Amino acid sequence: MPVSTRNSRIIYDALKAEGIRLVSALPETWLVHLVGMADDDPEMTLVRLAKEEEGVGISAGAYLAGTRSAMLMQNHGFLASINAIVSLTQLYRVPLLMLISYRGEFGESHPWQTEGGGVTIPVLDALAIPWKKLESPDEVQKTVRDALTLSYANLRPVALLLCRDLMWEETSQRS
Amino acid sequence: MPRSDVGGDQSAIMTRLEAIEDIYPSIADHVVVTIMGATAAELYACGHRPNFFYLEHAMGLASSMGLGIALARPDLKVIVLDGDGSVLMNMGGLTTMARSDPPNLVHVVFDNEVLLSVGVSFTTATAGPADIEGIARESGIRRTATCRDPRELRRLVDEALLADELSTIVAKVDPVGPDSYFIDPHMLENRFEFERVLRKMGRSAGGDSEADGNGSSNRDGNGSSNTDGEVDREINTIGDWNE
Repeated sequence: MPVSTRNSRIIYDALKAEGIRLVSALPETWLVHLVGMADDDPEMTLVRLAKEEEGVGISAGAYLAGTRSAMLMQNHGFLASINAIVSLTQLYRVPLLMLISYRGEFGESHPWQTEGGGVTIPVLDALAIPWKKLESPDEVQKTVRDALTLSYANLRPVALLLCRDLMWEETSQRS
Repeated sequence: MPRSDVGGDQSAIMTRLEAIEDIYPSIADHVVVTIMGATAAELYACGHRPNFFYLEHAMGLASSMGLGIALARPDLKVIVLDGDGSVLMNMGGLTTMARSDPPNLVHVVFDNEVLLSVGVSFTTATAGPADIEGIARESGIRRTATCRDPRELRRLVDEALLADELSTIVAKVDPVGPDSYFIDPHMLENRFEFERVLRKMGRSAGGDSEADGNGSSNRDGNGSSNTDGEVDREINTIGDWNE
């Protein structure tokens, strides 16, 4: 499968190493391995969502109850979650790690992904959510750790954008 | 408003405040998450406790927060006080709750068939044909009920707390709100005290009594510590769970 199993494993292992024990997810192509790894891991609680906004509430509840969590979603799921991010995590100062598959950037061949791709970073900036692109497997572990450190220090959400070069292995096959 | 097309004894309709007063002794020692506005203010009026979290915004997500807490802390009982407008705004959340199926989550939905906080003119779909218990049941929540009487609600909540099974209880209530929406502590103070008390709850010999830690109940001393006795007294009455 052209979605990188190896890099998905590196991301998953980084989440585990940082003590993440609950993942809420609404998958898309790039996230299938990550969701599968969470599902196969008896130490991880995987919550399969109907809509991404729920995951913000679930993560906030888990955090207040002492469990570290992460959300796995596409950037369009992030766009669908904005009120929850603003009026729960930001209003109530609750940390939140969002791993967002960054569709619609350079190399995107699906027309329907392109509009959301173009506005993802401007929306993150408008919300003053610190974000970083994850493009190389070498930076994953440190960046995940740094993102969580900041989120738990300032009690606000952070976003990691899972980019095409990290998630997709073959440039000849497009998704 | 009472409806002629749904339910049985229309005269038994209750106010939400009466309902919350009646279930307060059963829920006071557990984790409680409420929706915004009237429901939060009415629980607060019964006596604030640090194990109560009032979600004053993010409409629809009190149930999702309750789910997150229930999954993170299977050793605690979690009660969500929800509303018809909020459930309709996060209907998919019922399917997520059913799928995750935490046995320690009791989901109470006060259904007044209207978005009360903005007045009584904007009715919700439950004023028409929508049936929240039916939606919950068909979402996969196996233990569901609808009631119109505070004592019946109290019994259903007690049974749900004892049952160790995810439950959704719909309480049909009058569209009446509190005179004041004032809540002290401030939202952020509530958030931090709630996080702090969750760390202590259930993790010492004292168990539930840790919830009394901040001593902030203003319910004239009758609002706690009798949960088990009440459960014993109320159990084994007529059951109308849809199971």
